Amino acid sequence: MGKTVPETIRHLIIVFGVLAVMMSIAAGLIWVERRLLGFWQDRYGPNRVGPFGILQPLADMIKVFAKEDWVPPFADRPVFILAPAIIVVTVLLAFAVVPFAPSISVADLNVGLLYFLALSSLGVYSVALGGWASDNKYALIGALRASAQMISYEVFMGLSLMGVVMLAGSFNLRAIVEAQRRLWFVVPQFFGFVIFLIAGVAETHRLPFDLPEAESELVAGFHSEYSGMKFGLFFVGEYLGITLISALIATFFFGGWLGPLLPPAVWFFIKTFFFIGVFILLRATLPRPRYDQLIRLGWKVMLPLALANLVVTGGIILAAG
Amino acid sequence: MLSILRAVWTVFLHLFKRKVTVLYPEERPRIPPRWRGRIILSRDPDGQERCVACHLCAVACPVGCIALQAAEDEYGRRYPEFFRINFSRCIFCGFCEEACPTYAIQLTNDFEMSEYHRHNLVYEKQDLLISGTGKYPGYNFYKVAGLSIKGKDKGENENELPPVDVKGLMP
Repeated sequence: MGKTVPETIRHLIIVFGVLAVMMSIAAGLIWVERRLLGFWQDRYGPNRVGPFGILQPLADMIKVFAKEDWVPPFADRPVFILAPAIIVVTVLLAFAVVPFAPSISVADLNVGLLYFLALSSLGVYSVALGGWASDNKYALIGALRASAQMISYEVFMGLSLMGVVMLAGSFNLRAIVEAQRRLWFVVPQFFGFVIFLIAGVAETHRLPFDLPEAESELVAGFHSEYSGMKFGLFFVGEYLGITLISALIATFFFGGWLGPLLPPAVWFFIKTFFFIGVFILLRATLPRPRYDQLIRLGWKVMLPLALANLVVTGGIILAAG
Repeated sequence: MLSILRAVWTVFLHLFKRKVTVLYPEERPRIPPRWRGRIILSRDPDGQERCVACHLCAVACPVGCIALQAAEDEYGRRYPEFFRINFSRCIFCGFCEEACPTYAIQLTNDFEMSEYHRHNLVYEKQDLLISGTGKYPGYNFYKVAGLSIKGKDKGENENELPPVDVKGLMP
């Protein structure tokens, strides 16, 4: 290993710090989302537990832990239990490459971007296996929808980031942030940003694209049979996913930790929370499209757009030499 | 595409709109005077029970939540021996109030009747009976009815003539 003891301790602090911060953000988002949705619907949202209702996640957690941990007798038991853990683990692993500040990141991979794409693709196993193991027709439909949606949206999610990679000349997330010192990539890569945002919403199956859950048609989609803490893990995984996508939007297109006056980590969290707010705002606004509309949008609009963006970016870089 | 962005902006602006929620325990909602809430039994201006145990409220009640037993005192005045309303059944329709010939049973504008145990919602006569006259302060049924009771014989009511001697020949 060849590392000194203080350095190892520093690494451990960062690892567990990131873990703790991410888990508490995911829990806090339960309250943030319900509160913001309330405001956008002319209500107050949860405001009773603690000051401004900030202890609501705690109450929810007590409730979810106190629930019976039940596995349906017809379910495929090992897979049923494993599935909710997969999404949390993959998303948490993906946080390893996110640079929160120049000196704060768990791993400084030189293929960080590919690593993130790989792990976000693995996340779909959670939904697909959970729906499959439930042995319930609604869960199965939800799982199949999730798989098809992930395959469709994963493609141009990767393509939309290639423009960023070309501009930065690196797959390393830290290098990508450093390359935005002069100009945030949202300006030259505006279409890339829009495509990545839409793909990110689909990737976390959040409301405009929450067809795997679609509570008005599929009961609760892939997690129909889940209850208690296993359901809670799906929930936490979803919020972690939102945080991850928001953090990556900030990293890839809005200059990550870069910003004047305030410390880098603060800038990073401001940007991340802005995009979490955007996610919730989209949920508050947009209705769910039909399933064929979703797939058509993916393959017929987004994929060509991502390819065109790639070609134009490449051409301009080539012409500029 | 543009309409989507406009929709998102419209929803965002709702952040600054007035909330429609009434923060209930701190902020009281306005209760109209004819609100149909907790049912009470009222008394005459002279402090007697108004209820004459005619059972009309129990008959009118669509859910059958009123139970009572009629009784009579030694002067012929009727009163309910017990009077029981099961508020876990009551739908607060107000039919009992409409049916009541003596203004005894009345609906008030109190609605805070939550209980942890269902049987606590069965109100007995001592829970229902109030000391005042409720919505009709001056009304006294026995003062306008022709019946003779303690302290009032026939013909002694307000605006009432003495009874006619039907066997006499005089005009």
